[in-house]
Amino acid sequence: MSDTQRSGAGAASGSELISLDAAELARRIHAREVSSVDVTRAHLERIEAVDGPAESGVHAFLHLDAEGALAAAEAADRAIADGAPASPLAGVPVALKDNLTTTDMPTTAASRILEGWRPPYDATVVARLRAAGLVPLGKTNLDEFAMGSSTENSAFGPSRNPWDLTRIPGGSGGGSSSAVAAGESPLALGSDTGGSIRQPGAVTGTVGVKPTYGTVSRYGLIAFSSSLDQIGPCARSVLDAALLHEVIGGQDANDQTSVSAPLPPVVEAAQAGARGDLSGVRIGIVTEFSGEGYQPGVLGAFTDAVRTLGELGAEVVEVSCPSFTYALPAYYLIAPSEASSNLARFDAMRYGLRVGDDGEHAADEVMSLTREAGFGAEVKRRIMIGTHALSAGSYDALYGKAQKARTLIVRDFTAAFETCDVLISPTTPTTAFPIGERADDPLAMYLADLCTIPSNLAGNAALSVPCGLSADDGLPVGLQIMAPALADDRAYRVAAAYEVARGPGAGPRIPELRALETTR
Amino acid sequence: MTATIDAAPYTVEEVCERFDPVMGLEVHVELNTATKMFCGCANAFGAEPNTNICPVCLGLPGSLPRLNGTAVESAIKIGLALNCQVRERSGFARKNYFYPDMPKNFQISQYEDPIVFDGYLDVPLDDGTTWRVEIERAHMEEDTGKSLHIGGATGRIHGADHSLLDYNRAGVPLIEIVTKPIVGAGVRAPEVARAYVTALRDVLRGLGVSDVRMDQGSMRCDANVSLKPKDTEAFGTRTETKNVNSLRSVERAVRYEMGRHAGVLLSGGTVTQETRHFDEQSGTTSAGRPKETFADYRFFPEPDLPPLEPSRDWVETLRAGLPERPWERRARIQTDWGLSDEELRDLVNADALDLVADTVDAGAPPEAARSWWVSYLAQQANTAGVTLPELAITPAQVARVVALVADGTLTNKLARQVVDGVLAGEGEPDEVVTGRGLAVVSDESALTAAVDEALAAQPDIAEKIRAGKTKAAGAIVGAVMKATRGQADAARVQELVLERCR
Amino acid sequence: MSDITRDDVAHLARLARLAVSDAELDMFSGQIDAIVDTVSRVGEIPDDVPPTAQVVPQTNVLRPDTEEPCLRRDVALAEAPAAEEGRFRVPRILGEEL
Repeated sequence: MSDTQRSGAGAASGSELISLDAAELARRIHAREVSSVDVTRAHLERIEAVDGPAESGVHAFLHLDAEGALAAAEAADRAIADGAPASPLAGVPVALKDNLTTTDMPTTAASRILEGWRPPYDATVVARLRAAGLVPLGKTNLDEFAMGSSTENSAFGPSRNPWDLTRIPGGSGGGSSSAVAAGESPLALGSDTGGSIRQPGAVTGTVGVKPTYGTVSRYGLIAFSSSLDQIGPCARSVLDAALLHEVIGGQDANDQTSVSAPLPPVVEAAQAGARGDLSGVRIGIVTEFSGEGYQPGVLGAFTDAVRTLGELGAEVVEVSCPSFTYALPAYYLIAPSEASSNLARFDAMRYGLRVGDDGEHAADEVMSLTREAGFGAEVKRRIMIGTHALSAGSYDALYGKAQKARTLIVRDFTAAFETCDVLISPTTPTTAFPIGERADDPLAMYLADLCTIPSNLAGNAALSVPCGLSADDGLPVGLQIMAPALADDRAYRVAAAYEVARGPGAGPRIPELRALETTR
Repeated sequence: MTATIDAAPYTVEEVCERFDPVMGLEVHVELNTATKMFCGCANAFGAEPNTNICPVCLGLPGSLPRLNGTAVESAIKIGLALNCQVRERSGFARKNYFYPDMPKNFQISQYEDPIVFDGYLDVPLDDGTTWRVEIERAHMEEDTGKSLHIGGATGRIHGADHSLLDYNRAGVPLIEIVTKPIVGAGVRAPEVARAYVTALRDVLRGLGVSDVRMDQGSMRCDANVSLKPKDTEAFGTRTETKNVNSLRSVERAVRYEMGRHAGVLLSGGTVTQETRHFDEQSGTTSAGRPKETFADYRFFPEPDLPPLEPSRDWVETLRAGLPERPWERRARIQTDWGLSDEELRDLVNADALDLVADTVDAGAPPEAARSWWVSYLAQQANTAGVTLPELAITPAQVARVVALVADGTLTNKLARQVVDGVLAGEGEPDEVVTGRGLAVVSDESALTAAVDEALAAQPDIAEKIRAGKTKAAGAIVGAVMKATRGQADAARVQELVLERCR
Repeated sequence: MSDITRDDVAHLARLARLAVSDAELDMFSGQIDAIVDTVSRVGEIPDDVPPTAQVVPQTNVLRPDTEEPCLRRDVALAEAPAAEEGRFRVPRILGEEL
């Protein structure tokens, strides 16, 4: 059991520390079997080993703050030594999606237009993590302004899937999912506008949760589509996600869309679920999310999961949500519309990039030149689509109808939840696709969010839990569990029960870095 | 063509022989809340540049608006004072356009569902009649920052080399009050416009929701004017005149635009729909930069703010707290105090009405209160070169002085000295009385002793009084008043003198 | 098809303050046309369905009118591309609105 890699790591080796769940890390840190500093150092070393180089490594991180992380870890250790840990997760490292503002690290949203920007304030979730004694390691990669499903739209190069470095880690939160999957961090925060936490979770074999809209403050989240955006946890176990969820959740006066209702008891639900009994739970399979376009291996893994849920005592039925077929078109109208407005502030006047200020160009021209140079193609595409959808001539036919679609989707959910406690589907139709495969085909890329979007439009809770590997390519598949608004605990309970039943055999939590080890 | 027409506009009378003027007035009012519309930064005029800014009003990435409850209450109060209905469910929308003084490049405003709508204001005109102006809506929005244009000619935007931006004003709460078309005013249209803005200013001042200073921009008026030929039904093309920064300018701008439109129309031209700027110096308007395209603001519901559904209880509580309308209050005061029209007008012109009313509210009889403010205090203000409201004395202090006179503690002469003391910063009236030793000597034994002393000092006069020449008592009274440094009640002294000589 | 032309895209780019190149216009016009064509499917939805703009289950969320600390000016200006005399310095502004 002695540590051959480095001294001071107590009884655990660095490679063991990076494979442990956050709950177990917290237990050991609080029992002073290992220090937060050692845990943090082990993760920093793991990052050092696998994250770079940007051209071929996992590339989960855009910015690393080793010094700040070690200082936070030392502070956590002192508090624990004093018998006053700030929270059950105090001392545990966490990675932050780079669209969350941080005072001590740059915040770029993976865009050139914000390169090097130092926010003067912390996002509420970041402030809550700090107050709870967690240890922020750095900022993770994403599709620029969270617009994408693969991280290929990052201005700073894609992240790579630890299961296969030639494949995408999902998006937009591919940095957070790949960091957690690769053992670079036990926990991470993401943001989910159309599936940006759940779809990366599915394709990297990690847990990703989109909480009920309004239960986690958006203050300090660089807005993509404000009525859809929701911050949530990424982790390797359902309980870990719940623990992180409780730290970041709850009403915030800085976000007037945050709800006053108490946060659902997600940790309790995860613990209850882990006892493995789902008798009395009625689960609905959304029939619209199967068939053409779904990879057979994904459907196979999903079918296995359905059987497992039945074995746990749940009653599994089929439900139809016919309006969900409008979800994708409605989303690709609403999100770009809101984005066209949210991203108008990036105009070179007050912060960020400025291009063309040569004394000749007027302010308006400098705005246009800066936005042209600072935004990537997908961002420009969506800004223009949104501008079109909101224009006087097309508002009623496009944005207006998308809002009506939203009503129909809410109604379908309401009806389905009248008969079912939770709804399930595959999280995404396919496993991780190769980097570059869909880069020039926006519509093909958009299909990755097919199953995740309805919950953003309706605002209800949804999560993705790993459900084994696809038989056709050996890559992870995600099971999506959707629960009514403010009933996130139901999804956690079902996910935790399923997780136990599935067993660790379904896939290594720290997958081997295949592509690194096989010399390509 | 435009230039010649500008030089020779028609008079309002000439215009109205052929046309009916139609006006629409849009008034922006900055609320005097402590903080901005959507953040906790101070809402203050004249601060050092960029000292009242935060992530929210600077539109920093990740920031979110937080609606100010007092601003919402002010908006509802304004609506109620303008006889508007309060919408059961209203909300905010984003008005999207790029401009450097607007940090988010959209303005949070209200679009299809303003918080209050469909009201009216009965506006008093100079001849004592009233004109009902119908209110279309009043809605909440946020103000923009201010830009300073450097280089080129004297801070003008054209020819400037670069601009400097101050975002202190960005996010200051605004209420925009929009009238329905004002038709049928004819030659009185310019007067109606001025009277409406004046009445609106008085109402808002009475509500205490805004400083309503047109000179500081806390009240701004845009005047829409069009002319309808007398034999037609459809309105003509309108122009929107901005930069109308005083009550007088409202009247002048409408008058000028009426004349200018008539000039264009009567010479066979067509009025261009455009924004025009009013020039205070010349009293004329000029065309702004023509807009390249029809402005499409791409309004959509603001996703960061939940809807407003003011409860009936909330609205009725606000309604119950509304003050009287200023002109209604004036009418009531005139009756209650028994003032002549002239006396009332003097009070209003001297800016003394509120002061007198507050003095009366503090317990003084109306006549005494009025007398103090329009005579002695008016003189002091005049001497000091300040307005009456600026005098360093409060209505409550004046009421206290009046009470001290009424209970005999002070004579009128002493009372003026007390007022002088208050104005000089010597404290409350009672403190001045003590400090200066001004109370009337009312100690009977002391007064009697003083009287006896004076009689002893002038035995010849005492003898005359005893002989029945009571007029001679005046000399003794004078001596006693001198001895008591004027603090005795002369009438009482007179009585004592006669008593002691009986 | 949705009939988004190259000129339409150029107009959208101007509205959105994007100085797109000719090559980008060629690329975007085809893509945006295809995307808008796909998402136009929402047009099938009957007009009498009410809209949903937000899924926040509350109303009248208000902040008390009390002052809170502002940003320090030097902190705010430190991130500005250019600053002068305590203000954000920007290129000359054309026109007074829009």
